[in-house]
Amino acid sequence: MSAEAHYTPYHPKWYRRRVSVWWWLQNRSYTTFVLRELTSVSVAFFAVLSLWQLRTLVQGPEAYAHFLARLRTPLFLVLNSMAFLFVLFHTVTWFNLAPKAIVVRLQGRRVPDWVVAGLNYLACVLLSGAVIWILRGR
Amino acid sequence: MARPLTPFLWVLFSAGGTIAALLFPVHLFLTGLAFPLGWLEAPSYDVLHGLVKYPVARLYLLVLISLPLFHWAHRFRYTLYDGLQLKHLTALIAVLCYGAALAGSVMAAYTLWSIH
Amino acid sequence: MPSTVTLAVTRYRPEQEAEPTLQTYEVPLRRDWVVLDALNYIKDRLDGSLSFRWSCRMGVCGSCGMMVNGSPKLTCAAFLSDHPPGPIRVEPLHYFPVIRDLVVDTTDFMQKLKKVKPWVIRKEEKPLEEGEYLQTPEQLDAYKQFSMCINCMLCYAACPIYGLEPSFIGPAAIALAQRYNLDSRDEAARERLAILSQDDGIWQCTFVGECTKVCPKHVDPAGAIQQYKLTAAAHWFKSLVLPWGTK
Repeated sequence: MSAEAHYTPYHPKWYRRRVSVWWWLQNRSYTTFVLRELTSVSVAFFAVLSLWQLRTLVQGPEAYAHFLARLRTPLFLVLNSMAFLFVLFHTVTWFNLAPKAIVVRLQGRRVPDWVVAGLNYLACVLLSGAVIWILRGR
Repeated sequence: MARPLTPFLWVLFSAGGTIAALLFPVHLFLTGLAFPLGWLEAPSYDVLHGLVKYPVARLYLLVLISLPLFHWAHRFRYTLYDGLQLKHLTALIAVLCYGAALAGSVMAAYTLWSIH
Repeated sequence: MPSTVTLAVTRYRPEQEAEPTLQTYEVPLRRDWVVLDALNYIKDRLDGSLSFRWSCRMGVCGSCGMMVNGSPKLTCAAFLSDHPPGPIRVEPLHYFPVIRDLVVDTTDFMQKLKKVKPWVIRKEEKPLEEGEYLQTPEQLDAYKQFSMCINCMLCYAACPIYGLEPSFIGPAAIALAQRYNLDSRDEAARERLAILSQDDGIWQCTFVGECTKVCPKHVDPAGAIQQYKLTAAAHWFKSLVLPWGTK
């Protein structure tokens, strides 16, 4: 092969198909991927909701009660239910992909994927239990 | 090494994603469903106000709010970039996303700091 | 089992048309035939003008990658009988420029592969008298999976990021860089880090994971990329805290 291979991106005779803006609808994997990425919106939604809750908590009992009343309206119940489903989807996809990124080697052998994922799920359950206990009604 | 900030932003994204994955399901379930619908009894205002005074609680809430915001910022920025192919707006999108996350984090920090 | 099946094959003859078209052929449906056999049948008996690449016909050379019903496959490994009775669509590999019919230009990948220096680099070569490099089974295990890559480019055809941003260095190049980074004999991890942490390197990847799904050799390039992101991020933090210790 001669000196440097010459890449001509816009060779007049070679055909390049433009990637459609709907590329993510062409394939179930791609669509699932985009839905997974969009879970970040529900994550931001709850972060902002929590910030709002914190601010009303600091402002006083009336403001806080007002906020709680808002959470009982149909609009927020629907939004929160949808957000909850998306956040669950985030959790499941996150934990299932974690073993791909975090490779743990014990005694020269790689810890199996299900162990890494399982430990994440376990941590989630334990932490959730702790939160429920700390935020119990009293 | 070009783009020196990208590894840092990715770490924020990963940390935020982990926090959200571990803690958001339970918090969203309680705040958004169980308490409003009366499935579980909610803690009273006084109890909650008492809890947030603890430094450890303030740190917890800061992390709970700010890191997931940065997770959203990074992920949403790339979703717009790839999904809608808005490459020509890349600088604007980056500023808006990380800026919003920063604003939210600063507001959370300020609110937590001002509790007395 | 019906005796024939229809193949809808992309034809693109730049000297006579501006856009590719689909041409249908009726080929025998034999239980042990793969798409490559059908293509060769077309070339031998029906239409000698069809152009396509192939070589080993047994899944080790990486030449015969094409889109079969919209998914990137090695045509020597895609059985005709695995596909529904309808026409089987055979198109050139996605996201690469099409030269003619089913033949794509692979220069972009070749250049990216060279960029990551996929060979063992040592600061100083061991003299011959000292004998061979020794490697334990554990050391081999650390990179073996990534060494299985046959450069078939199916992962590039599956990666939407590569489709949207052709400058992205791509799954196979990163997986092969990792294969050498993790090799105990290699000493050039820092060099490759400089190349891979550029804008069009690993940070463009958003872990779609499609590359790993289509890889015929189970290389798991998506895993290689995520692991490398961790390495690169760790290095970034180290260089922040100890700028002198990381050269």
